[in-house]
Amino acid sequence: MITYEWLYVLAGAGFAVWAALSAKDRRWGNAAFWGLLAASFLLGSHLSDLANGGLVLAMVAIAGLGGLKRSDPPTTSPAQRQAFAAQLGNRLFLPALVVPLTAVAGTLLYNYTPFGETGLFEARRETLILFGVGVVAALAGAMVWLRPPLMAPAEEGRRLLDSIGWAAILPQMLAALGAVFALAGVGEIIGGVAQGIISEGSVFLTVVVFALGMAMFTMIMGNAFAAFPVMAAAIGIPLLIGEYGGNPAVIGAVGMLAGFCGTLLTPMAANFNIVPAALLELKDENGVIRQQIGTAVPLWACNVVIIYVGGFWLWN
Amino acid sequence: MNYWPLAGIAIVVLGFALRFNPLLVVVSAALATGVLAGFDLVAVIEALGKAFNDNRYISVTWIILPVIGLLERYGLQQRARAVIEGMRGATMGKLLVAYLAFRQLASALGMKDIGGHPQAVRPLVAPMAEAAAVKTHGDLSEDARDEVKAMAAATDNVGLFFGEDIFFAIASILLIQGVFEAAGYPLTPLELSVWAIPTAICAFVIHAGRILAFDRRLGRAGK
Repeated sequence: MITYEWLYVLAGAGFAVWAALSAKDRRWGNAAFWGLLAASFLLGSHLSDLANGGLVLAMVAIAGLGGLKRSDPPTTSPAQRQAFAAQLGNRLFLPALVVPLTAVAGTLLYNYTPFGETGLFEARRETLILFGVGVVAALAGAMVWLRPPLMAPAEEGRRLLDSIGWAAILPQMLAALGAVFALAGVGEIIGGVAQGIISEGSVFLTVVVFALGMAMFTMIMGNAFAAFPVMAAAIGIPLLIGEYGGNPAVIGAVGMLAGFCGTLLTPMAANFNIVPAALLELKDENGVIRQQIGTAVPLWACNVVIIYVGGFWLWN
Repeated sequence: MNYWPLAGIAIVVLGFALRFNPLLVVVSAALATGVLAGFDLVAVIEALGKAFNDNRYISVTWIILPVIGLLERYGLQQRARAVIEGMRGATMGKLLVAYLAFRQLASALGMKDIGGHPQAVRPLVAPMAEAAAVKTHGDLSEDARDEVKAMAAATDNVGLFFGEDIFFAIASILLIQGVFEAAGYPLTPLELSVWAIPTAICAFVIHAGRILAFDRRLGRAGK
């Protein structure tokens, strides 16, 4: 049976190659960071919890001390890329499409045909495993089609990974924070307080508070990902799901999107709102945000309705 | 009841608001929350290590980078620009609505990095939108030009935010899965990502409507 462990070995090998290439490039901070992440992927299942915690603290120390730098591995020039693009045309999109097609078509086949009875994949893990299969297939296809130098995918991947930097593990770290919140009983504490404030039994009002909390925390922090474990622990899980029996998938997915409405409204999300205003040389630093208000506010209201209807009406 | 574990939430909020390194903020918040809930420090580090290890699948998504990087080496970004340039000749309203659809669809298919402010908006979408607006409405005031450019940037953001979550192998979807799984509600990525579709449709309808209304308003102001 194919499990997540296979994916972890694949990803771990990838991070190990990126660590080695960083070391070759004498970017020691990057090499150490990606090397530790590779160790987590390759060995994490066999290490003690304390050792895994040590890995986390070491990675955070490297990132916190500014040890990660961008890299510029050798690649093609803009002129060459222009020529390739003209020659290859829209076929360039095909390898990228192989990935979602493999994963979605594979998941449907696995769940709705006898293929599923083979028990080939770990239960409920088939989509992400098939995503891995799609990546390998797309990469193999692109290598055969484009015939790049053997190390090109690794070097190009490193260029992109180093432009993301430590943010690459932020979502995983936030999920871990969510788990620590759960362990410490944060949800029960806030749930108790919130239940006292939100009028007894009003599902709709609780949905509004949840969606508003996602948007407000996102605006303060500039990051919906960071708001999510907080609001999930505070209201989403203890009240909307635990108390009122709502549909977890809707509450999670649309709750996050309510947070994205907050992202449209805040200068704290500088990359999306302030940097483009500078790039476009707008006189008003908040010009982009101003144009987004009229979309973000009604869309937030749509999200409230979707959570209420999809998460409660259609569910119960 | 012991309310001290809530200090962890305060640390997250303040830490992000004050722009400390987010990884540092998150780990500090986790350690503080656990200790204030009455666990000893080693137990909290163990819990954090276990939770990080259990959630590795979230970071598995980066294995797609060699594919995207390789395609970029052969001109993926340039090809995306050619697609956008093909929209030339439309009115500003139609141009931005088409770009919104393109950005949403590409993000929903996992190509969230084609488009973007430095790569597409500044060199292409904003100047094209400005030129189209001038062509339809005559010369525009500097403020109106700024509004057009800002609308182009806003369109990129809306297209990305409300397209990307339809793609299941994206950090936000897997983060939701991780948080819910830790709380005892196991979900699959596809169960979550289909629920991004209704919001995506609302986002398209609302934002496209606003773009077209904006184009009409510029026409009235110009006359």
